Amino acid sequence: MIIGAGECGGRASLALRDLGYEEPVVLVGDEPHLPYERPPLSKEAMTGEAPVIKAIATDELFAERSIRHIHSVRAVAIDRAAHQVRLSDGSSLTYDRLLIATGSVPRKLPMPGLDGRCVYLRTFNDALAIRAHLSAGNRVAIIGGGFIGLELAASARKLGAAVTVIEAQPRILMRGVPAEIAEIIHKAHEAEGVSIRTGQGITAIADDGSQVRITLGDGQEVVADLAVIGIGAVPVTALAAEAGLAIDNGIAVDATLRTADPDIFAAGDCCSFPLAVYGGRRVRLEAWRNAQEQGALAARNMLGANEAHAAVPWFWSDQYGLTLQIAGLSDEGRAIVRRDLDDGAFILFHLAEDGRLVAASGIGPGNAVARDIRLAEMLIARRATPSPEALGSQAVKLKSLLAA
Amino acid sequence: MSDWVEACAAGDIDEEDVMRFDHAGRTFAIYRSPDDEYFATDGLCTHEKVHLADGLVMDDIIECPKHNGRFNYKTGDARGAPVCVNLKTYPVRVDAGKVLIQVG
Repeated sequence: MIIGAGECGGRASLALRDLGYEEPVVLVGDEPHLPYERPPLSKEAMTGEAPVIKAIATDELFAERSIRHIHSVRAVAIDRAAHQVRLSDGSSLTYDRLLIATGSVPRKLPMPGLDGRCVYLRTFNDALAIRAHLSAGNRVAIIGGGFIGLELAASARKLGAAVTVIEAQPRILMRGVPAEIAEIIHKAHEAEGVSIRTGQGITAIADDGSQVRITLGDGQEVVADLAVIGIGAVPVTALAAEAGLAIDNGIAVDATLRTADPDIFAAGDCCSFPLAVYGGRRVRLEAWRNAQEQGALAARNMLGANEAHAAVPWFWSDQYGLTLQIAGLSDEGRAIVRRDLDDGAFILFHLAEDGRLVAASGIGPGNAVARDIRLAEMLIARRATPSPEALGSQAVKLKSLLAA
Repeated sequence: MSDWVEACAAGDIDEEDVMRFDHAGRTFAIYRSPDDEYFATDGLCTHEKVHLADGLVMDDIIECPKHNGRFNYKTGDARGAPVCVNLKTYPVRVDAGKVLIQVG
């Protein structure tokens, strides 16, 4: 049984069948939709001609593979002794093995004064509600200069809305993105007409249901028809906590994604796990590829593979014509080597004190950095210590470093 | 079906690499394998229509630059999430140092 029918849970259910598991598979989710990909919600779902949900598989495929998808229902309690999960419709399901893939939800802005014009983006239905306000001439305030906020800002500009991004930190993308790359993105937004207000806390919000007035730390006011709050995500752990499972910035699992209960696993945004590539540092990742990989890994381990998570974190963001890709966690680095590519694209390699490559952050038009970031990811996974000179020289192919 | 088109010179593609080739409003990806054979597929990933030629070739596999969908470029077979639809492949031959593909 799988609780949470997002990318992670959906992929896990399909993986169980790929692995030849023939017993019943039940996927329970609180949304009305089939499991779908969330990355387009801030992008194509906003700017496309019609908002289209990108399901990871069709109803027919789930039926064909005998995966029972129960939608619009929440799991409300886990009875570990009885191996049962109680659902919000009053029914109960029995499991042999349970995967918790409840994901994360937007962090709430802890302020009074929020009403219907202050919204968050997590689900397809959230995206529809935001999209309705992103027309030309409308004013949109984005609270939080992270990926969701900036991708939404780019989408809103594409649709002609006036956009202000408010960030409390001294710069955008403080978490996980090097300053040199954040600056490129900052300039791209300003060139597209976005007003970015960094270093600005919010002292008051007045949302009268049709308009929002946001008072900034410097006393200035931003007035908008819609405010979208994107200040991070928090893991959905209440169900696990109430069942007595350990929580440590997410549902705590071991390297095989197993909780302290041998029959319960957790994967994706909701769990924290030891990351082998950084000596077992406990992390929680909020990323599409991680959700996918951990869903598949949890499926293997639910069937007894006992395989440790070994992947290198990887994520991307698209804004205007630019794509950012990051492999690894750049805060592990102590030194940076820059490699310039064609068309203004570049990659920053982050090296640990001992010279090990621990992360690579790249930005450029289209997919200009993709191939080299992928190669960097493989080097990181191998704990390689390539020479800074080789990394910095476009004449040296990264692929040749892999063979070394 | 015999419309062979010249795509590039054989030396234009490194071993274990890929190149984009546009022809008559269509886009293809031409590959040179580590054992120095040439192959061709549709140029766009079946997941989100991304140009595969920006991706990484490792052995028989082309990996999409966007979401790491993997295909065997020799057969077109999709190799796991997020891709589930195979790539179309095209016959290729090398003639007098030129790579030709049958686009019909």
